[in-house]
Amino acid sequence: MSDLRDLYQEVILDHTKHPRNFGALEHPTHRASGRNPLCGDQLVLTLDVLGGRVRDARFAGKGCAISTASASLLTEAVKGHTTGEAHELFQRFHRAVTTPTGEEPDVSGLGKLAALAGVREFPVRVKCASLAWHTLEAALAGASEPVTTE
Amino acid sequence: MTPLDPTALARQFPILSRQVHGKPLVYLDSAASSQKPEAVLDAVDAYYRTSHANVHRGVHTLAEEATAAYEAARESVRRFVNAESAREIVFVRGTTEGLNLVAQAWARPRLRPGDEVLVTELEHHSNLVPWQMVCEQTGASLVVAPIDARGDVIQDEYARKLSGRTRVVALAHVSNALGTVNPVAEMAALAKRRGALVVVDGAQGVPHMRVDVRALGCDFYAFSGHKMYAPTGIGALYGRAEVLAATEPWQGGGSMIANVTLAKTEFAKPPERFEAGTPDIAGAVGLHAAIDWLTALDLAAVYAHEADLLTYATAKLGEIAGVRIIGTARERAGVVSFVVGDVHAHDVGTILDGEGIAVRAGHHCAQPVMEHFDVPATARASFAVHNTRADVDRLAAGVRRVLEIFG
Repeated sequence: MSDLRDLYQEVILDHTKHPRNFGALEHPTHRASGRNPLCGDQLVLTLDVLGGRVRDARFAGKGCAISTASASLLTEAVKGHTTGEAHELFQRFHRAVTTPTGEEPDVSGLGKLAALAGVREFPVRVKCASLAWHTLEAALAGASEPVTTE
Repeated sequence: MTPLDPTALARQFPILSRQVHGKPLVYLDSAASSQKPEAVLDAVDAYYRTSHANVHRGVHTLAEEATAAYEAARESVRRFVNAESAREIVFVRGTTEGLNLVAQAWARPRLRPGDEVLVTELEHHSNLVPWQMVCEQTGASLVVAPIDARGDVIQDEYARKLSGRTRVVALAHVSNALGTVNPVAEMAALAKRRGALVVVDGAQGVPHMRVDVRALGCDFYAFSGHKMYAPTGIGALYGRAEVLAATEPWQGGGSMIANVTLAKTEFAKPPERFEAGTPDIAGAVGLHAAIDWLTALDLAAVYAHEADLLTYATAKLGEIAGVRIIGTARERAGVVSFVVGDVHAHDVGTILDGEGIAVRAGHHCAQPVMEHFDVPATARASFAVHNTRADVDRLAAGVRRVLEIFG
């Protein structure tokens, strides 16, 4: 295993201890909840989308450091971007966190989210990092059922 | 009583010599599944190499040897739990299957709307969900005896919730999440006075203490092999002869019949009635070997050894600022659950894994217990005969590392 500091990088610890955009939007245009039944992690993501652009995003819930930091970083990353860009970011992110061990992950365009690429060394924790993103996809797709990582 | 020599015992477990992330493995997750000593691995291997055939079917030598080995395993379980007859021992896949068998084969045909099934708040999902399901199917109600802040079942509440309507009392011998040892004999006696069936989840009991089903006074006692050094896929359900004889068949198929025509089937007597299909013969052989191995250690010595580790771990973890022990019942066995500051249990588990230490992190299939203590999850260290105080020291150092990283 690579050093645990690769997993628990400063940016992740910072976002876990001080989650950004925490809470719920009063009048969201999109909303979805996500659960990881294995861990009991759960979060609710609310979005304000106008003209195909994410104007605001918030999350609430409880989870491990990885899932909390991922959700917090997600809200920062998608704000101000189009839903198409958010979707593309999800795909980039997903590729990075599922890059097989031994291969170099492509973190271009991920910005601070690159810090989460370390989870690929910890297969059971990839779900933690992905939960918020699957929830984002569900919110944008207008899904009514909660998403789960199972 | 000869005290255990855990270091010598550890050498009997091949897996314990491996490294994890470059560090010697410290295995503190036996409550989830124990590791296997050579004696068990060898017995399973020898069975397949020399005596395997299907049981209760053939007349050839191997079939006879396999049948003899399978039935000898049943007799070893009888002795192990002090049942009166080997016919009271049904082989199942594990505790979960045993409890589902009781819920579906005994309870489902009997429960009526207005009847009650009484469980405790500390049950593992395997002794909760089957009862929720059968209540849903029959219109009976599920009643829960609550636990207190220490993790003990509140006995007054338990007694109060027992009534003439209580048909089944289902309770854990030992809580997998908190280690609470329930006073099963007393609780069973109260339940019997009300005429209720008493079903005990013994998954966390048998690895740690001598179990005597007759002294406990229960009707059913289910346990898994894999938590007591035997292979996965095998377990046993003890059922008191009279109760088992009145229990309807569960699954239909080969082995569980006395006579079959196209129109009608006469079912076999217990235990065969409940063992449709080819059973896990090798698993039974492994369970037999595990029982011989464990009882040779003397279960009183096992209990004393693990009680020492529990006390030591509670003190060592308790002296770390920020660590909170979850569950401080009057009598505990096998496990210590804890939370580290506000660090999520999965992060604790990952960091400990990095140090070569295996613990369980999560809700332990006991979400109502987590809710009671208002934590989403805990880390849980559980002890086996091969664990030492040095293992606990490694755990405590690992927990300090968690706090260092999360500072």
